[in-house]
Amino acid sequence: MGKLSVNLCGITLDNPVIPASGTFGYGYEFAELYDINCLGTFSFKGTTKDPRFGNPTPRIAECTAGMINAVGLQNPGVEQVIARELPLLKKCFHKPVMANVSGFSVEDYAYTCEKLDKEEQVGWLEVNVSCPNVHGGGMSFGTDPKAAAEVTAAVKKVTTKPVIVKLSPNVTDIVSIAKACEDAGADGISLINTMLGMRIDLRSKKPVIANKMGGFSGSAIFPVAVRMVYQVANAVSIPVVGMGGVSSAEDVVEMMLAGATAVEVGAANLVNPFACRDIIEDIPRVMEEYNISSLSEIIGGAK
Amino acid sequence: MKQGLFEIIENKPLTKNVFQMTLRGDVSHITAPGQFVNILLDGLYLRRPISVCDLGESTLTIVYKVVGKGTRQMSMLQSGTLDVLTGLGNGYDLALSGDKPVLLGGGVGVPPMFLLAKRLITQGKQVRVILGFNTADEVFYEAEFKKLGADVVVTTVDGSYGMKGFVTDALAEMEYSYFYTCGPEPMLKAVYKASKTSGQMSFEKRMGCGFGACMGCSCKTITGYKRICKEGPVMQKEEILWEN
Repeated sequence: MGKLSVNLCGITLDNPVIPASGTFGYGYEFAELYDINCLGTFSFKGTTKDPRFGNPTPRIAECTAGMINAVGLQNPGVEQVIARELPLLKKCFHKPVMANVSGFSVEDYAYTCEKLDKEEQVGWLEVNVSCPNVHGGGMSFGTDPKAAAEVTAAVKKVTTKPVIVKLSPNVTDIVSIAKACEDAGADGISLINTMLGMRIDLRSKKPVIANKMGGFSGSAIFPVAVRMVYQVANAVSIPVVGMGGVSSAEDVVEMMLAGATAVEVGAANLVNPFACRDIIEDIPRVMEEYNISSLSEIIGGAK
Repeated sequence: MKQGLFEIIENKPLTKNVFQMTLRGDVSHITAPGQFVNILLDGLYLRRPISVCDLGESTLTIVYKVVGKGTRQMSMLQSGTLDVLTGLGNGYDLALSGDKPVLLGGGVGVPPMFLLAKRLITQGKQVRVILGFNTADEVFYEAEFKKLGADVVVTTVDGSYGMKGFVTDALAEMEYSYFYTCGPEPMLKAVYKASKTSGQMSFEKRMGCGFGACMGCSCKTITGYKRICKEGPVMQKEEILWEN
């Protein structure tokens, strides 16, 4: 194992940096910009059973140190993802990829996961029970421990691959939900998804986003993410993937000290398409500066 | 797409709230008129997408209207460097123009027409340009287009300068082989209805990343879902599906 490598649910990552779902497409477009094999892995665009256009536009609003999105899980559907997107990805990415899955019913989640389970390149299933931008699904599964456990158990039945459940911060007790997922068989927890937010345009006096509310992300939410990762990592015995406002190598190290085994980078990719590559290249400098000889040794180091 | 640092060499007002900024840097990734650049500004989270107005060997000219915090900040810059993504969007396809294309620009939809006119004229096309504004004090770039050798008609809604009316009123009196346009959506819709030939129109939408990653600016077209920033901003008339 190298100085930067970590083990995520039995699979070794060369480094802990993972572009977060919804900020990196299915990878191949970023491969035109740099060799994406430098990444630990990446979590591909949230995939559902059926194709989705998503929400009406505007879907984006700027905030201080962040942004709100209400894309609404636009994706071509699992069939097309397997037929068209994954073959394109395979040509430019030679590591296991994290398959991000969303749904509107327990059956939806299980259906999509079962399909993706058969794809050789899929290393982990990241089950998103926390999308704030769709009605009658997504986040409603992640705000109730019982529903989150039900999705987890249903997905576990159809796959042998590690299942990482992605949680919403829009809850009063994140620990109870994380524990419910662990008890239902989850192999890992990832958090935090975006925080529910809203902006209003002073000129039109209307919400900026067509869907009115959306998911707030970006560096502004980093302290909230660190706190929640810390709480969850100290309450469960499965690996935690930390995310939320990560935009520098220092943030990666801080997230790992809070208890993250690996770290996802989201909104930062949208501002700087080279963000993940730049962060990975900068990690050795930060390790040296803070006397860290191996990243895996610092996981959960902040007690 | 390419990320580069650009030096501000000039930034001057053309009208009360429209500015022209000239930047020096690597423009090699800008391949077509109608493409845009995405500019990072101090203290603001998202980049600002602005269309390319003109290109030199190592210079880039953009013309933008002050509409919010970002463009106001841009208007006050006199020197320094900017982090710019270049080569974004598909741009206009010149091959379809025929011999007598007409270019219609409305307000800040005028700038992308400039490089397009320049390229078409270089190809020997007889280029007519219709520039539409609300009032006389908003008019810019008429002389610049004339200098290129284009036939220019200016329209103002209130008739305070040039022909009174909309760009479509000027279009009705013309013979043309093809059209290219950029402007506010109501204008695009009017051009779509009034045009007698095929053509291309450039759309604007609030963007997240500007390079196809976030799906923030998606739209529906006759040929499927498209991202304004990636498969657009230029669409063929025949593929447009008006949402409202």
